[in-house]
Amino acid sequence: MLQTNLKHVTSEEDFNQIIENNEQVMICCGRMGPMCLPVYDIMEGLEEKYENVAFYDMEFDAHFAHVIRNHPMSAGFMGLPFTYYFKNGKAVEASSSIQSKKQVKEMLDKHFS
Amino acid sequence: MINSTITESFDVIVLGGGPAGLTAGIYLGRAKLKTLIINEGSIGGQMVLTHAIANYPGAKVDISGRDLSLDMKAQAKEFGCKLESNVEVTGIDLDGELKLIEIDDDEVFSAKTIIIATGGTPRPMGVNGETKFKGSGVSYCATCDGDFFTDKEIIVVGGGNSALEEAVSLTQFASKVTVIHQFDHFQATEHAIKVAQENDKISFIMESEIQEVLGDQILTGVELMNMKTEERSIVSTDGIFVFIGYIANTASLPKSLILNNRNEIKADEAMATNIEGVFVAGDVREKRYRQITTAVADGTIAALSAIAFLQN
Repeated sequence: MLQTNLKHVTSEEDFNQIIENNEQVMICCGRMGPMCLPVYDIMEGLEEKYENVAFYDMEFDAHFAHVIRNHPMSAGFMGLPFTYYFKNGKAVEASSSIQSKKQVKEMLDKHFS
Repeated sequence: MINSTITESFDVIVLGGGPAGLTAGIYLGRAKLKTLIINEGSIGGQMVLTHAIANYPGAKVDISGRDLSLDMKAQAKEFGCKLESNVEVTGIDLDGELKLIEIDDDEVFSAKTIIIATGGTPRPMGVNGETKFKGSGVSYCATCDGDFFTDKEIIVVGGGNSALEEAVSLTQFASKVTVIHQFDHFQATEHAIKVAQENDKISFIMESEIQEVLGDQILTGVELMNMKTEERSIVSTDGIFVFIGYIANTASLPKSLILNNRNEIKADEAMATNIEGVFVAGDVREKRYRQITTAVADGTIAALSAIAFLQN
């Protein structure tokens, strides 16, 4: 389990329910590493403003994280964290490596209402 | 130009929440000055980039940068500092007696004194293809991304301690590591050079610079130029790790601040800049050594100078 204040994805079943039951979901899949921590912090800071988006983290080394690691949009990704944006159960955007608050907001504003 | 009405006034505003800014906050808060720390990224600055800090005096052995950051933040808050994190600074006006800082195009804070502790950012190579492959072949963090390059051939760019130490650490994963450096000698310690040179997996290309990162969908190689002969060549690789130092975060600061030719802020021994009431601390300042301990020292001096300035 990652030591963040975000909600955690805890299993593959949990992951499926989260993206099915929430119209707009952002998941950051990483470790407690230097490129990942800033993204978790950014998400924590945006939770209040983007109340229609469900923000979650996922442990990259958990066995069920294959849903992100092996996702077609992860092809070519070689930098943590893998950050995904799901709308109506489908991935609409994904990024690899550290992102700035501006970049995260651009993605949220582009895909979510 | 900042036009909005002032949301809240402070005695001191500290720009930056790394070790320099947080230390300044601790001293200012203890002196009962109303202090705001504004941080655009995560609290801790570059300190969070370190997995284990072994040389911070008095701290428990191998404390993580993250934990040390959280301890410093808690201490600053305990002394009454207000913190604004993960915000965007959208306006800075240092010209008047009252300095103004705008965040998120929305709130404006004022203070008689400002401490700039905005730190540094890993220096990019600044060549074509680098941004395109960031996160998919180009990395600035060996401990984060090293395992994606297991049994692959990689390039490490740089010739200082970080580059050579990370090149050695990456041999745990990569089948071959090529260090590319622009000069004919390294800037690292003799020990770091020896350890890298004795590693069978590491080879060196000296006096050469990457001109372009190559690849269509995936990174395939780099175009190199020999700095002496200007001869160009292609070197194939699966990934590139860049460790060529840091750039000072001064791009969004007012032009009235005097910088050196590396865009670092010039200051005197008291951390005072050329603008009255504006002090500087940490990696953004012109100085030779950049450590957590030197940032903490800068933060202390800047805070004490700001206190003295306000008392006068």
